[in-house]
Amino acid sequence: MKLLIKNGRVIDPASGKDEILDILIDKGKIIDLKPLIKDDNAHTLDVPGRVVAPGFIDMHVHLREPGQEYKETIRTGTQAAARGGFTSIACMPNTSPVNDSRGVTEFILNEASKKAPVNVFPIAAVTRGLQGEEITDMVDLIDAGAIAFSDDGQPVSNSQIMRRAMEYAKISRSLIIDHCEDKELSADGVMHEGHYSNILGLNGIPSPSEEVMIARDILLAEYLEARIHIAHISTKRSVSLVKAAKKRKIRITAEVTPHHILLTDKNLQTYDTNFKMKPPLRGEKDKKAILAAVLDGTIDAFATDHAPHTPDEKEVEFDYAPFGIIGLETAVPLLLDKLVNPGLISLQRFVEMMSLNPATILGLKNKGRIDIGTDADLTVLNLSASYTIDSSNFFSKSRNTPFNGWAVKGIPEITIVSGKIVHKVKI
Amino acid sequence: MPFFHKHLLGIQDLSKKDILTILETAESMEGISTRDVKKVPVLRGKTIINLFLEPSTRTSSSFELAAKRLSADIINFNRQASSVLKGESLRDTVENLEAMYADAIIIRHTAAGAPHYVSTFCRSHIINAGDGAHEHPTQALLDAYTIKQKKKKFEGLKVVIVGDILHSRVARSNILCLHKLGTHIILSGPPALVPESLEKFKVEVNYDMDRAVEDADVIMMLRIQKERQQKNSYPSIREYRFLYSLTEKKLKKAKKKVIIMHPGPVNKGVELTSDLASSDRSVILKQVENGVSVRMAVLYLLLGGKEREATD
Repeated sequence: MKLLIKNGRVIDPASGKDEILDILIDKGKIIDLKPLIKDDNAHTLDVPGRVVAPGFIDMHVHLREPGQEYKETIRTGTQAAARGGFTSIACMPNTSPVNDSRGVTEFILNEASKKAPVNVFPIAAVTRGLQGEEITDMVDLIDAGAIAFSDDGQPVSNSQIMRRAMEYAKISRSLIIDHCEDKELSADGVMHEGHYSNILGLNGIPSPSEEVMIARDILLAEYLEARIHIAHISTKRSVSLVKAAKKRKIRITAEVTPHHILLTDKNLQTYDTNFKMKPPLRGEKDKKAILAAVLDGTIDAFATDHAPHTPDEKEVEFDYAPFGIIGLETAVPLLLDKLVNPGLISLQRFVEMMSLNPATILGLKNKGRIDIGTDADLTVLNLSASYTIDSSNFFSKSRNTPFNGWAVKGIPEITIVSGKIVHKVKI
Repeated sequence: MPFFHKHLLGIQDLSKKDILTILETAESMEGISTRDVKKVPVLRGKTIINLFLEPSTRTSSSFELAAKRLSADIINFNRQASSVLKGESLRDTVENLEAMYADAIIIRHTAAGAPHYVSTFCRSHIINAGDGAHEHPTQALLDAYTIKQKKKKFEGLKVVIVGDILHSRVARSNILCLHKLGTHIILSGPPALVPESLEKFKVEVNYDMDRAVEDADVIMMLRIQKERQQKNSYPSIREYRFLYSLTEKKLKKAKKKVIIMHPGPVNKGVELTSDLASSDRSVILKQVENGVSVRMAVLYLLLGGKEREATD
């Protein structure tokens, strides 16, 4: 059945649209877009006062399946995504077994087709078993459905192997996403190195641990004329490296997480392990530089780095807790409340970083835009509705969020994937 | 002398007044340990658990003696004889001990913040007996007590701390404590172990130990913690000794009446020579002696104080 979305404020960064339009959807595609559409055969969804945006895309998610289903599954992770306003997610390969072969990529896509309310795009490993030694069969993986390559938390440290991977990715026009971290510099660090690590007596992860690898990737990308995407950028110097590289026309893009925009190392003073992740929460100056980079276009996309861990794993001494927090069900309300509603960034820019830019980076042709012929993936926002984040009712299997109890204004109210309503909040 | 804290997690939470209250209380405890009958009944009926999840001789026995001299019942729980080795979590361990009606848990742990974490779900008093590289509050208090005994004041004293400051809970607690008490603090040691960022604690960092110890009233030498070192924090023990070992020659630059402190155990011949460790300027054994009085004071103020207030 056709779906007619009426009276919404359509925001489409690709065309710059910001107007009240009706959207008519049939067979998963947008077939008409104009004021006052009439269609008696369509199911009507009236959304006056709401923002209708191209479906949000989270390009950095850990679904944990196969292998760690006790933390998250393809079903629960994608349900959390739908609830959080995301219509597409890209999932990282550090599963067990690692997604470094056709079989695992196909398993994920097959499970998703049966169980996931949102689109799932697997990111395959750059190297076999994330070992950093031999690059994977990238062309075969792309053929199986992989959308990009990353060794995420086990980044490729050997520059020769990174060079080969970037070179090879070029011939298949695929993207390498790098979690930039020099593991030798991070050593046994558990938080940002600075005054607060000195106070807390915890081992520090110095900023250059991220920056030296970004610099390396930039130099390789420039030399090879290859593309590189920087995952979860976190420091002031990282931002200036990326900014300078963009000026030199190097093909580099970058993403940032909501927690690196909203929190700092000062938040760790209670030793709460829900503030432990990589890269670590940095200092106040880094936070400010990141926000400026969001505004000036140095940073292209928001991504959550949704990393589920169970309460048993996180309820331990700080040193022993695993790195990572979840973000699918908190990212949109937090960014609306803290950045959009106070006017720190425009609604257009926010939507661009949530949909158009990740779609462009990942090469998702018919996503990230609202136009006739594009995929009917839409996120409907209610900017004035308020609620309190309560991790106990998350759809995700895990509860590891530092934002539990935060009161927020602005929520993803309706999520539509291929013309189907997959989530709707009762207000 | 009111003292309104439920736990002793770190010097960071204490005011100058709190610290002075503890030191004054310790003074009044001193007499008990030198009597023939070394016991008073102020904590009779209280149960204290000494939960040491990391090896210790001094601190563990010092707390045990302190508790016993105040007539509390204390049990020692060490890692080797416990279910921790079977993989029991810290939370489960503590909740099980608490189920046996403990009034206070003294905790020593390799992970920074472990006592804070325990205090979030525990109803007993938590006393930090050293957590990772974070704090060791009773050590700093007994050091302050020893300094006060020898120097009669804090204001204007020049205290030099030498060694692995970054990984030392003793140094961290001492810096916080002595800063609150008004002393001037200078840190010295190789840069990997004494990062310049420590200056944010309002202390001076000087990598040249000869300069650092000039006119010092107190020199505190820290143990090189071999178990916490990363490679290349310094080139070799030989080179370390050359730069940062306390020698007679370096000591000459300090004030005549300088005192030498060390939290123990001493790596003799590394941080300082055996001669200096046992010289009349060394107060190392005095520190150990004072540890008992200070810990008696802490236990009394946390466990005994309130009840007394209520009955008075």
